[in-house]
Amino acid sequence: MQKIIQNFFLVLCATCFLAPMAQARDSLEIVGSSTVYPFATVVAERYGRASGLATPKIESTGSGGGMKLFCSGLGTSFPDITNSSRRMKRSEWDNCQANGVTEIIEVLIGFDGIVLANAASTKPLNLTRREVFLALAAQVPGEAEGQLIDNPYQKWSDINPALPGTRIEVMGPPPTSGTRDAFAELALEGGCKAFLWIAALKSTDKNRYKNVCHTVREDGHYIESGENDNLIVQKLEANPDSLGVFGFSFLDQNEDKVQGSLIEGVTPDFESIADKSYPISRPLYFYIKKAHVGVVPGIEGYLKEFVSEKAWGMDGYLAEKGMIPLGDELRVQYAESVLKLIPMKGDESL
Amino acid sequence: MSNANNSLERVQASLARRYRAERRFVWYGRLAVMFALLFVVILFTDIISKGAGAFRLTYARLDITFDPALIGVNDLSDRAVVAAGDWDSLVKTAARARFDGVSGRKAKRELNALFSSGAGYDLKDLLLENPAWLGQTKSLWLLVDDDIDTYFKSRLDGEAYAARVSERQIDWIDQLVEDGDMELRFNQTFFTRGDSREPEQAGIRGALVGSLFTLLVAFCLSFPIGVGAAVYLEEFAPKSRWTEFIEVNINNLAAVPSIIFGMLGLAVFINFFGVPRSIPLLGGMVLTLMTLPTIIITSRAAIKSVPPSIREAALGMGASRHQVVLHHVLPLALPGMLTGAIIGMAQALGETAPLLMIGMIAFIVDVPTGMMDTATVLPVQIFLWSDSPERAFVEKTSAAIMVLLGFLIVMNMAAVLIRKRLERRW
Repeated sequence: MQKIIQNFFLVLCATCFLAPMAQARDSLEIVGSSTVYPFATVVAERYGRASGLATPKIESTGSGGGMKLFCSGLGTSFPDITNSSRRMKRSEWDNCQANGVTEIIEVLIGFDGIVLANAASTKPLNLTRREVFLALAAQVPGEAEGQLIDNPYQKWSDINPALPGTRIEVMGPPPTSGTRDAFAELALEGGCKAFLWIAALKSTDKNRYKNVCHTVREDGHYIESGENDNLIVQKLEANPDSLGVFGFSFLDQNEDKVQGSLIEGVTPDFESIADKSYPISRPLYFYIKKAHVGVVPGIEGYLKEFVSEKAWGMDGYLAEKGMIPLGDELRVQYAESVLKLIPMKGDESL
Repeated sequence: MSNANNSLERVQASLARRYRAERRFVWYGRLAVMFALLFVVILFTDIISKGAGAFRLTYARLDITFDPALIGVNDLSDRAVVAAGDWDSLVKTAARARFDGVSGRKAKRELNALFSSGAGYDLKDLLLENPAWLGQTKSLWLLVDDDIDTYFKSRLDGEAYAARVSERQIDWIDQLVEDGDMELRFNQTFFTRGDSREPEQAGIRGALVGSLFTLLVAFCLSFPIGVGAAVYLEEFAPKSRWTEFIEVNINNLAAVPSIIFGMLGLAVFINFFGVPRSIPLLGGMVLTLMTLPTIIITSRAAIKSVPPSIREAALGMGASRHQVVLHHVLPLALPGMLTGAIIGMAQALGETAPLLMIGMIAFIVDVPTGMMDTATVLPVQIFLWSDSPERAFVEKTSAAIMVLLGFLIVMNMAAVLIRKRLERRW
C-alpha cells in the first residue's frame, strides 16, 4: 500500500513540473468593461476560429479597473487592449502618459441602451427622466427653491397622478457596476437637470451637483440586485409591480418575459437607440496600445475583424448580440483611422 | 420505607413527562434533518430540471457538397489556404438548395440564421479528417443556432417560445421536422470544447481541464508543505510562546475570507515575482495559500490520533525520533491527512473569489494544454455563463453546476475510499 501511495505522489509531482512550459505570450490580452465584454468576446472567438491562431483572452474587470491595468505600462505583462463603456477620462490619460503608454488608439464601436423594464404580464410604463429622478434620488427638491428634502414619494402616482398607484420598487445594479454609473449619469442626472436651480449648481458647486443628481435612495425603494442581469429578469417575472434596470441586450433576449418602459414616450428598441431618440444610451469604446502592434501577434487581425462590416455593420453579428451600431459614415471614418493605426493626440475632450 | 416509596412515586410521576421530552427532542432532530434534506432535494430538482436539456442539442440534416470551387480550397494540406476558405458558404448553399423559393435579403439572412455560426468550421474540421470527401456530397447533421435550439426544445415541451424566431423560420423548421431532418441528439460539444459566446458551441472541457491543472498544482504544493508543517509542530517543535503564537495564527488563517488570499497572490506572485496572469500554475499557488491552514489542522489532528504507545514502543526498540515519525507515525496518520487534503481540495475546487484577483475570471476559448496556458476553472465558468444574456445559457449554467457537483462527489468518494482502505482502528 505504501509503495502505491509513494508512486502515486511521484507521478503526480512529475506531471506537475514536467508539464509543457510555454513561452512569453502568443495571444492577445484584453481587459475592461463588462458591458463591452459580450461583444468583444464574440469578435475574439470568431477571429480565433477563422484565423486558426490563439483566441484572445478577455477579462471583464469593469471600465475603471481595465483602464488602470491598461495604463500601468508597456510590455507583455500588461494588457494590449481595454474595453470601456465610457470615454477615457483625463486623469486616466495622464496616468497612461506617465507610465509610458503614449500612443493610444481609440475606437468608438457602438452604443448600448439601458432599459427600465417590468414584467410582460403588466402594462408598460411611460416615464420621463424627471420622474425617474424623483422616484429614485435620495433627496429631491422641496417646495422652496434651493431646498432639498428626503425623498417622500412612496407610490408612482405620488409623482404623477397619471402613473399607476403601485409602490415604487426598482431593482438595479450595485454602485460597483458600470451600468449603475451610466444609469446615474444618463437617467438620474438627465432628470435632475430638469430643475433649473440644480442645473445651475453644475457650474458653481460641482460636487454638490453630482451628489444631488447621482445619489440613489436607500430606504428600500431601490433594491440592489447584484451584477447579474438575468437574476433581475427572473425577479421581475415573479414580481410584476417592480421595475428592473439592465442593459438592452437582456431585454432583447427576454422579450416574452419583460418589456421596456417608454422614456419620454420612446420605446427602447434597436432603431430608437441607434438614432439616439431613446435618451438613456451610452457609447462603447475600446483602446489599443500602438506600441504592442507587431509585438504581440494578432492585434491587427483582431482589429480588422472588429471593424469589418460583418461584425459591427448594421446587419453584423454584433448587432445580433444586442449592440447598437454606429451610423454608416462614422463606421467608415473609424474603420479607416483604426486600420491606419492613428493614435489619439491628447487634445480630445476627455 | 415511606421515604423510599415517596421518591419512587416521584420518579414514576415524572417518567411520562421525561419520556415525552425525549420524544420531542428526537423529533426536533428529525425535523432538522428533514428540513436540510428538503432543501437539498429542491436544489437538485431545480438544477437537474433546468440543466437536463443542455445535454441534448438540436441538429438539422443537410446534403453538403464539398465543392472545391465554392470554398476556394483545392489543396487541404496548405494551412493558409484552408484558413482563408469560405466555409460558411457550404452551409449557406446547402440550405438554399434544401428550401426552394428563398429570395430577398431578409429571407436569406433568416435562412442562414437557422444554423450555428460555427457549422461551417465544423465542416472544415470534418473535411480535414476525411480528405477524400472533397468534391463529394454527404448528408450531414449540422448544429443549429441557439435561438432555434431554444425554440425547438420549448416546442417539444409543449410551450413554444417563438419570440426570437420568425414565421418563415418556423415554416422551415416544420418542413425539416416533417422530413425527419431535425432532432435532438447527445450534446458532444459540451464535453469536447472550451467556452464560447454561442451557447450551442459552448463546452465545459476548457474549464474542467483548467480546474484539474489548478488542483494538481495546489495539491502538489499544499500537501507536502502542510504535512511538513504539521509533523514539525506536532512532533518536534518545543512548547513555547512562539509555537503557540504560530498555532493561533494558523487557526485564524483558516477562517480568513478567500479573497484576501487572492490579493496576496496578486501582490506577491504577480507584482513581485512576475508570474503571468490567468494561468493554472498561479491559480494553484493562490489556492495553496488558501488550503494550507485546513491541511495543517487536519494533518495535526491525524498525527495526534496515533496512540502514544506506538511511539513509545518504537523508541523503546531504539528507533531515533526521525525514524519513529517516518516509519510509524506518518504511515498511520496518512489516511487522515489525505482525507483532510482532499476535503481542502474540494473546497478549493469551488472557489472563485481569489481567482478574480489574478485574472482567471476571463473569456478563454482554447482548452489549456499545460500549467502555463491561460485557463479558467469550473465555478468561474458557471459564473460567466449565468451572467450571459443568451437564453440558452440558462440550461448550460445548470449543466455546468451538475458537472461541478459530479466532480465534487467523485473527490469526496475518493476521500471516503482512502479512509476505508487505509484506516486502522485501535
